[in-house]
Amino acid sequence: MSLRMPQPDRAMIARRAEIAAALEKIAGPEAVIADEDGRRTFETDGLNAYRAMPLVVVLPKTTDEVAAILRYCHGEKIKVVARGAGTSLCGGALPLEDAVVVGVSRMKKVLEIDYDNRFARVETGITNLAISGAVGAEGFFYAPDPSSQLACTLAGNLAMNSGGAHCLKYGVTTNNVLGMKVVLMDGEILDIGGPHLDAEGYDLLGLMVGSEGQFGIITEATVRIIKAAEGARPMMIGFPSSEAAGQCVSAIIASGIIPVAIEFMDKPAIEVCESFAKAGYPMDADALLIVEVEGSEDEINDLLGRIARIAEPFAPTTVQISSGPAQSAKIWKGRKSAFGAIGRISDYYCMDGTIPLSQLPLVLRRISEICASHKLKVANIFHAGDGNLHPLILYEANDPEQAERAELAGAEILTLCVEVGGCLTGEHGVGIEKRDLMTTQFSRTDLMLQMRIKTVFDPDWLLNPGKVFPLDMLTMSGLPNAA
Amino acid sequence: MRAATSWELQSMLAPFVDRQQPVEIRGSGSKSRVGRPMQTAASISTASMHGIWMYEPTELVMSAHAGTPLAQIEAELAGNNQMLAFEPSDIGPASGGRRGTQTIGSVFATNSSGSRRITVGAARDHLLGIEAVSGRAELFRSGGRVMKNVTGVDLCRGLSGSWGTLAVLTEVTFKVLPAPEKTATLVYLGLPDDIGVELMCAAMRLPFEVSGTAHLPQSVAGRLETAVLAEQGQSITALRLENFEKSVDYRSNAMRAALKVYGNPIIIGSTTSLEFWNELRRLSILPYTADTCLWRISTTPMKGPKVVAAIRRHMPTEVYYDWSGGLIWVEVAASADAGASDIRRAVAVHGGHATLIRADSAVRSSVEVFQPQSPLAERIVRGLKSTFDPLRLLNPGRMYANL
Repeated sequence: MSLRMPQPDRAMIARRAEIAAALEKIAGPEAVIADEDGRRTFETDGLNAYRAMPLVVVLPKTTDEVAAILRYCHGEKIKVVARGAGTSLCGGALPLEDAVVVGVSRMKKVLEIDYDNRFARVETGITNLAISGAVGAEGFFYAPDPSSQLACTLAGNLAMNSGGAHCLKYGVTTNNVLGMKVVLMDGEILDIGGPHLDAEGYDLLGLMVGSEGQFGIITEATVRIIKAAEGARPMMIGFPSSEAAGQCVSAIIASGIIPVAIEFMDKPAIEVCESFAKAGYPMDADALLIVEVEGSEDEINDLLGRIARIAEPFAPTTVQISSGPAQSAKIWKGRKSAFGAIGRISDYYCMDGTIPLSQLPLVLRRISEICASHKLKVANIFHAGDGNLHPLILYEANDPEQAERAELAGAEILTLCVEVGGCLTGEHGVGIEKRDLMTTQFSRTDLMLQMRIKTVFDPDWLLNPGKVFPLDMLTMSGLPNAA
Repeated sequence: MRAATSWELQSMLAPFVDRQQPVEIRGSGSKSRVGRPMQTAASISTASMHGIWMYEPTELVMSAHAGTPLAQIEAELAGNNQMLAFEPSDIGPASGGRRGTQTIGSVFATNSSGSRRITVGAARDHLLGIEAVSGRAELFRSGGRVMKNVTGVDLCRGLSGSWGTLAVLTEVTFKVLPAPEKTATLVYLGLPDDIGVELMCAAMRLPFEVSGTAHLPQSVAGRLETAVLAEQGQSITALRLENFEKSVDYRSNAMRAALKVYGNPIIIGSTTSLEFWNELRRLSILPYTADTCLWRISTTPMKGPKVVAAIRRHMPTEVYYDWSGGLIWVEVAASADAGASDIRRAVAVHGGHATLIRADSAVRSSVEVFQPQSPLAERIVRGLKSTFDPLRLLNPGRMYANL
């Protein structure tokens, strides 16, 4: 694969033992991983075509330890890569050979749950699903639901502003965070917001969420918890073409219904997911919508009935309302395990652009053309309600030439998303993967401004280097420590 | 001066950058009496940059030039049965400014959200993309027109609520939502503040997507123009349901049953409901007078009544609670410091923050209008100001004395 990373500092790597010893003093010997086998566990993330052995890994247990670690690294000018569960699909958590990895995975306590005021305060090493688990008994949940929610941490969700299938109605991470504790690179601890709905002053919360580990390490967060609806049920609508499916989505939204989720799968995706999950997906359809609504039994029936009527003019090949919890679980299992299912038949490269819905037919056609021109197959999964597209480009990872072609096709697809009025990434983040494409979406002025903001939080540019901002921009920026 | 395009705004601003002279940035000026008074060489308005240039109802998205009147945007949306879900409030009249004139740019620049914020999020949560001019007179963009976008640093949110002190918004792209088919409001009468807030929080714990919760003590309820409510002569605790007709009917019955310990509510239908919630949006129950000051306090919902009780130990107040108790509008008699030290102390004990919305300019220059920040937060805020506006030209001192 072809993305360049900054040259590691050999002198820093030579100091490994000394740095490990210093970190052991701060966080205890059990928290520090410096041996080769141990470090290898952390050498990659969800973008596993890229690997780098970290300098040292440290897994602190408290905010104060994180602060002490960063203060030490700041003093010694050691670079730091923050890590949650390492599920990033864009290389956001990719280690650097001359950087300490600070993982928050041991900080996973629920600190406070308050149902009257509808918030939970947690340490950010907690997994996404565990937050909903902690409040589920009272019928509450934490809304953002990325597909990796069983494994991914809130820390990573905050860093990437993660979304999920249900954010059409409930919003993404940034819409569900009320407060946080952030350790800045100099070891200072910044408290932002709290259980109240609007944080004061400039919107530092808004800047922190989605900052991809560039601004600080978030160790605690206060998140909104929501009372779950009385019930929820999906329906499947199969269509003879992707165009018809796309038009149906527009018609549903135009009718004034906002379902909790509208998921789209094209034929290759339907086939793979069906053979894996036996979800009962219609094999004769060229495109499938999974539409989920919420409410009481009567409300659900009413809404799904309305949606079925809206779908009629688009000549659906299948209209099937889930018969009950067992079938609903199956339908969602197929969708949520799509990446895993496709992973069983082929290596794949998962893209994450967002497009205006009206551009769907054009974009899908162009995606198949782009992939065909690179002699690659593609399956499309799409959060249709909000335009977030996940083309999965299938390739053989052991064949460097194919891997190269997959990357090229991916870059062309993302550029296409920007050209039709969309963006490079809807929920996965920029990381290293889309770093060099940032200039297709942003002007130099836009990027300079973002880089100056990074400098406010991390003047020495020690946090998560080599990510988000194009490397050539760093040298040209004139910012003293960026290059 | 009124700029008609972002390019014109850049060229108007450039000489001030060269001469290092500060400039007041405004839309229609309806909120110009909010914030600390400023010393500026000139005023640049975005009010001539108007027009909706993109509206895709089936994609739930609209783009408008920053000076477009909010009223025009809401009329256009209403024509398609859609709305700005965060229900921006109009603090203009409550602070002595003109009513109904605010621009869409100012709505986002001040992150102004009304009662529905409690369910659908704040103004900032609906802002998808911006174009703006910085204090370097540079044009920049962030975000876009799509719902989900995590590309780069989120400047849309970063600029929300910055009151024109970081950059001048010239264009905003935002999310819109379908307007509900039916609205109903369950109104409970005669509850004291603490029980009213408890009721609102209990309602939010039900699975019925309550989209507005407000508690008006008797004296403030008496100021309502909605006669059927004002005439009750009692405190009012209002819970709003919005949805398809069938759902609203079902949910209001289910809510009434679940909350029966709080009494038997009167239920008002769509027309009266809209009238009532619009009154809250306009803050017409807290009309401008020179002999009162008005504070806006954000706190943890259940702590609302405690904050008010703590303030009342020092001064008489009239209050009204929104956001199930988490947003409190507090009216106090005018005084040299508008009660700032006692109010801020009460807020400090229970958590949250207070902003002075109405006071004469002498008071606004002598007290902190916006919540004072921790030294560390101030360091970051100062850094952000120097990133966007290194010469401190845009609305200098409006939020914080030294910025």
